[in-house]
Amino acid sequence: MATQILMPALSPTMEEGKLAKWLVHEGDDVKCGDILAEIETDKATMEFEAVDEGRIAKLLVPEGTEGVKVNQPIAELIADGDVGEEAAPVAATETKGGRQETRQEARAEVRQGETRAKPAAPTADDTQQAEAALADAEVPEGTELVTMTVREALRDAMAEEMRRDASVFLMGEEVAQYQGAYKVSQGLLDEFGPERVIDTPITEHGFAGLGVGAAFGGLRPIVEFMTWNFAMQAMDQLINSAAKTRYMSGGQMGCPIVFRGPNGPAARVAAQHSQDYSSWYAHVPGLKVIAPYFAADAKGLLKAAIRDPNPVIFLENEIVYGRSFPVPKLDDYVVPIGKARVLREGKDVTVVAHSICVGQMLEAAEKLAGEGIEAELIDLRTLRPLDTATVIASVKKTNRMVTVEQGWPICSIGSELGARVTDEAFDYLDAPPIKVTGKDVPMPYAANLEKLALPSVDDIVTAAKAVCYRT
Amino acid sequence: MAEAARQQDSAEAAGTDAALAKKFYRDMLLIRRFEEKAGQLYGMGLIGGFCHLYIGQEAVVVGMQAALKPGDQVITAYRDHGHMLATGMDPKGVMAELTGRAAGYSKGKGGSMHMFSVEQRFYGGHGIVGAQVPIGTGLAFSNKYKKSGAICLTYFGDGAANQGQVYESFNMAELWKLPVVYAIENNQYAMGTSIERSSATRELYKRGASFDIPGELVDGMDVEAVHQAGLEATEYARSGKGPIILELKTYRYRGHSMSDPAKYRTREEVQEVREKRDPIEHFGQKLVQRGLVREDELKATDKEIRHIVNTAAEFATESAEPAADELTTDVTA
Ligand SMILES: Cc1ncc(C[n+]2csc(CCOP(=O)(O)OP(=O)(O)O)c2C)c(N)n1
Ligand SMILES: [Mg+2]
Repeated sequence: MATQILMPALSPTMEEGKLAKWLVHEGDDVKCGDILAEIETDKATMEFEAVDEGRIAKLLVPEGTEGVKVNQPIAELIADGDVGEEAAPVAATETKGGRQETRQEARAEVRQGETRAKPAAPTADDTQQAEAALADAEVPEGTELVTMTVREALRDAMAEEMRRDASVFLMGEEVAQYQGAYKVSQGLLDEFGPERVIDTPITEHGFAGLGVGAAFGGLRPIVEFMTWNFAMQAMDQLINSAAKTRYMSGGQMGCPIVFRGPNGPAARVAAQHSQDYSSWYAHVPGLKVIAPYFAADAKGLLKAAIRDPNPVIFLENEIVYGRSFPVPKLDDYVVPIGKARVLREGKDVTVVAHSICVGQMLEAAEKLAGEGIEAELIDLRTLRPLDTATVIASVKKTNRMVTVEQGWPICSIGSELGARVTDEAFDYLDAPPIKVTGKDVPMPYAANLEKLALPSVDDIVTAAKAVCYRT
Repeated sequence: MAEAARQQDSAEAAGTDAALAKKFYRDMLLIRRFEEKAGQLYGMGLIGGFCHLYIGQEAVVVGMQAALKPGDQVITAYRDHGHMLATGMDPKGVMAELTGRAAGYSKGKGGSMHMFSVEQRFYGGHGIVGAQVPIGTGLAFSNKYKKSGAICLTYFGDGAANQGQVYESFNMAELWKLPVVYAIENNQYAMGTSIERSSATRELYKRGASFDIPGELVDGMDVEAVHQAGLEATEYARSGKGPIILELKTYRYRGHSMSDPAKYRTREEVQEVREKRDPIEHFGQKLVQRGLVREDELKATDKEIRHIVNTAAEFATESAEPAADELTTDVTA
């Protein structure tokens, strides 16, 4: 019985891939677990294993083919007679003509997963916004802009600072040989060697504390948490040791250290691996907290963080790592900590966001413009110190505010902004500010519930219209 | 392998009878086929997020679970599908959780890494490396407190063995003589980090030494050896002597999770284990040699298991997603 082997999805965000190499030939017998092919995904080259026994009848896609869609047939397998009809395999090998719906369903889900995973693939507009935004930063006129991913921008920031200052080193789980769990530290081991790019055991509380001690000892550690979820293991060292020492020592000693890694919900990884810590750290005196969206800010702010004499919490976002934006080609591009940026001017409503929600806010602004509402967009970039002056000035102009974040609503960044605006611009408000946030629940796994748990572009549009008393 | 522990055909020594031997074979095969199917469904986009397969490690959980008594508890990390099947949880409900459907064990809210079954005394399903160790110790505390006579079987990995809370747990467990068996599944890698690169000492069964907790090294690819060690360890913990550690040397064939390119080890290394030490293949041959089963009976078992797994997959892909209002239920009581 001939069954088709389908192109597999080998990462949560894969839509298509390159069939890099066949490791079997037509006529070969294969067993479960035999490696059939090497496939390049959006993140890495992966081996694809057989899940059924049989003989390879035909290779349908020649090796070297790029852009092979997930679930497209790539080979035909004649199943082992012995196995019996019963075992008519579904899924990656699928009976010809049979179970068509499952396949379509699966495709639909993949697509759905994709849109979720990359809510706003940066549009030309996005890039223009980013360029426009750069124009008002301190970038000399005529500076060349290079397009790079946020991932590359972060790596470059670390590499530049490590070249500049021998006391800077990087430590964390899988940062060296594996090149980073999310490939942010790619190439750093090669350039700086194992004394400065250090793989740790899985001991967050231990290595975070060790980093604090190393900073006390005169080094400038960059400590990567594989994700911020695992920093909860280390929370005591971050807050009790790193954040409070300058104060407790009467200013004698500080703790110049950067804790960084991906923060916020990723795709379908459920409650323990999907939460936004923005407001947690923004709460703590003694820390600086940064959460950029654009690649240029990621680079410039990470460089500033590494040079800063204080402990800095640097919140990245896994889904944003792969997005590309222009970055000024300068020898030393440093963005000051503590300054929000007005991304787009508008007179009707102020929308404030940070990190991945900046992308959503940009999309929402386009939709709002289509309905005649001009939104003024503020990318906070730094959460502590919080640049409330920029927000207040904007609200005094628009008289309305919507805040956007993925975190939980209670005691959120939006709660703080709401309080500050009522405090300092109460008389200017024409409507109560609205917080668009993640839902007040742990992150569910199911695709449909996860979607409901996260703030959407439409939620922002609805909120903006509501504060403008438009429906 | 050099470790002497339970190398030789420990079968005779254990005196495994035919019925038990067949059960071992069947239970291991169920996990293998279930995981292969989960891998397929992931490939089709029907399972999302992280999905950590147990392929290669089946003998550990099957041997250990067979040493438990009714009422004993089990807790592990995120590589948990095998544990759930071995505790007797329904493959349909497990697979439906993997696809995020309402009929899953956690109503689709937990996913691959977070499933629980009060009925089977399976306490999860934990995503934070090492966090299940103090929790398992606490379950043992509750057993002692209530004089229930039960023990808690607490599984964790070689990577988890470096977390501080493991040693905090060891200290309390010995101090208070808690009925807990720590089963360290040493598959020799924590994501891309081999144990050589992460651990100052690699004999994990000795990690309780400074707390006076006994430990034993076990060939985790040999289900009978695991079972025998499991019987002795559970007996020890149950008798009131306190905690005990088993280090089960095993191997995972697949990547750490579905999206691991696995560049940290060679294809040959994996192939060698598959060929020389596969827990299922070898055990099947052993049973045939011993005259306990015939070749065709093994084939029939395979067919039966494939049917169970295909039925579970169909159920899991056809059943409904959770209703929207489930989003806000179960947050607090
Ligand atoms: C506290 C914490 N740190 C890091 C991670 C990311 N992570 C998940 S599994 C894993 C490796 C664990 O290896 P091991 O304990 O050997 O178990 P195995 O995966 O081999 O079963 C890591 C680093 C995590 N989930 N939790
Ligand atoms: Mg391991």
